[in-house]
Amino acid sequence: MATTRRSLFLLRNLIAGKTQTRTVTYMPRPGDGAPRPVTLIPGDGIGPLVTNAVEQVMEAMHAPVYFEKYDVHGDMKRVPQEVLDSIKKNKVCLKGGLRTPMGGGVSSLNMQLRKELDLYASLVNCCNLPGLPTRHEMVDIVVIRENTEGEYSGLEHEVVPGVVESLKVITKFCSERIAKYAFEYAYLNNRKKVTAVHKANIMKLADGLFLESCREVATKYPSIKYNEIIVDNCCMQLVSKPEQFDVMVTPNLYGNLVANTAAGIAGGTGVMPGGNVGAEYAVFEQGASAGNVGKEKIVEQRTANPVALLLSSAMMLRHLQFPSFADRLESAVKRVISEGQYRTKDLGGQSSTQEVVDAVIAKLD
Amino acid sequence: MATHILRRQVSQILSHASPNSNPTSYFSLARPFSSATDTIRATLFPGDGIGPEIAESVKQVFRTAEVPIEWEEHYVGDQVDPRTQSFLTWESLESVRRNRVGLKGPMATPIGKGHRSLNLTLRKELNLYANVRPCYSLPGYKTRYDDVNLITIRENTEGEYSGLEHQVVRGVVESLKIITRQASLRVAEYAFHYAKTHGRERVSAIHKANIMQKTDGLFLKCCREVAEKYPEITYEEVVIDNCCMMLVKNPALFDVLVMPNLYGDIISDLCAGLIGGLGLTPSCNIGEGGIALAEAVHGSAPDIAGKNMANPTALLLSSVSMLRHLNLHDKADRIQEAILSTIAEGKYRTADLGGTSTTTDFTKAICDHL
Repeated sequence: MATTRRSLFLLRNLIAGKTQTRTVTYMPRPGDGAPRPVTLIPGDGIGPLVTNAVEQVMEAMHAPVYFEKYDVHGDMKRVPQEVLDSIKKNKVCLKGGLRTPMGGGVSSLNMQLRKELDLYASLVNCCNLPGLPTRHEMVDIVVIRENTEGEYSGLEHEVVPGVVESLKVITKFCSERIAKYAFEYAYLNNRKKVTAVHKANIMKLADGLFLESCREVATKYPSIKYNEIIVDNCCMQLVSKPEQFDVMVTPNLYGNLVANTAAGIAGGTGVMPGGNVGAEYAVFEQGASAGNVGKEKIVEQRTANPVALLLSSAMMLRHLQFPSFADRLESAVKRVISEGQYRTKDLGGQSSTQEVVDAVIAKLD
Repeated sequence: MATHILRRQVSQILSHASPNSNPTSYFSLARPFSSATDTIRATLFPGDGIGPEIAESVKQVFRTAEVPIEWEEHYVGDQVDPRTQSFLTWESLESVRRNRVGLKGPMATPIGKGHRSLNLTLRKELNLYANVRPCYSLPGYKTRYDDVNLITIRENTEGEYSGLEHQVVRGVVESLKIITRQASLRVAEYAFHYAKTHGRERVSAIHKANIMQKTDGLFLKCCREVAEKYPEITYEEVVIDNCCMMLVKNPALFDVLVMPNLYGDIISDLCAGLIGGLGLTPSCNIGEGGIALAEAVHGSAPDIAGKNMANPTALLLSSVSMLRHLNLHDKADRIQEAILSTIAEGKYRTADLGGTSTTTDFTKAICDHL
């Protein structure tokens, strides 16, 4: 029990993506240097570009991971069984964005993947990167979003022609486990405050249940401050005073909005790492979901921003317990950004994806 | 049981549809109000807390600008009126229905059971289906965003806020989100009509139709139908997470936004945050038959009530949007210019904007600028 707790500690700590100077040397288990397989799903749009960037950087670093690539596109009806089997075997996956067709009757593949693998927590780490000018300073927010139920249940039907109903489902089980995850995360990563985002003044039963679960879990962590905020007030505060937020736990839909807003104020969705994690599996991808697939112009000109996926792959390396590789990758990426010479268009520069990747490889020490 | 409640709602909607299915009903407002010499009667709800002070500001500014409006004041009662099941009396609601325009200050919702909330009463009784919030950066009041100039139009009656929730089994709760063709068409019609009359070039529909395909899909279909009737206005559709991100990075990309209830709530408050908060944001509710109820969306601030410290900007700008609805554009422009130049000058600012003036000084400065 003690050893699982300690490895859980390391695991969660390293998912946080925080670079810490280590005073304790890392003592690997025998056989740890063997290359670990990771499922790679390039995806649609800018996906193949940015996952290629990650592959190049991993090769240059001689990181002990090798990728099993699988082609999945957004217009497929289901995620192929071989992909799911591979993820279940490897337990870790890195993925680019999957395009979801609008109103086409096909359910989102991203959602399918999350439901199949029960990845119930989605994490987006939004913090100001040094050297990147933004309108807001001192942003350091982690948005933890419930990933399986809520408004995205996909249960819709037409009652009579012209009237459509959609069900939003909130269960105590899911709300409790996401609240537990959020507080554990805050505890293990030395975070001081957890804020629950809700709209319980209107949706009294549904969001009321979510809040109840959060309050129950909060009593078990007396050292962490807990407060609640209504989602429209939250967005207003995020835009004017983002420094008051630390860890935010939200149901599905509000989490989407809050994560994208927080990513936008901290520098844009092109640079925020994130991932989906469940009890057994972890899928790492670009943090916020906006701009996941990108526009055709960006694909043609090859100016997609690889920074988000590079930082997410650093989180993945920590998850696989290779902290020194993760540190090297992260410091190289941060140095490239702070120098400001190689930046893609969404950060205000002119470089292409390949130039940024070369700069990162050059900065690896 | 849910279907039973839904059928009742559907029959309510369909019965409301017949007398007012003509979308040009709000165009008919143009004729009686086009002459500037007739005085127009308007209902005024001063509200609680700082409400009476800022209502007084509005009256003074209108007097100085010689706006032909005669106010009918109504107050929230202290007893529940059984005809409306709330503290608003039947007479107040009748007065709004008669006058077709109103201005509402902040109202504190009394705590307790046995009555409906005041906003809910107004919304249901007057059938207010669209909430319009123009958001533009105030020159002179520096926020991190200086180039905001957009309008958010939010559907106000259905969507996620239908209030239909139930517990399926212990620990599992379901909440219904309802989108109807009739309500979506109504709000889309209003959005395009607004864009046309105010010279706006682009209307963006905000949705999450990649996940909620049937519900937001229906909303989008209705918007597309209306867009075809207005070929000179560009129409685009933006997914809500993209929209949030673009709003915080570059708000100048948007012009008019039209959206269902929940997204509208969040986005309109986000836009209010971009320009400086709810204390500066005007808002107007549009109802069936051309009823317009402008309101100040901030709270009643009981801690500064009576101290002459309140900022009347939100209520003043709301009254400007009320004047625009009445087609008194020249008066509206003059008053708006006066407000903006007073704030831009920076000499008279109330405490929440960082200055030290009182409400009366601020009002006097605006009157001087007229």
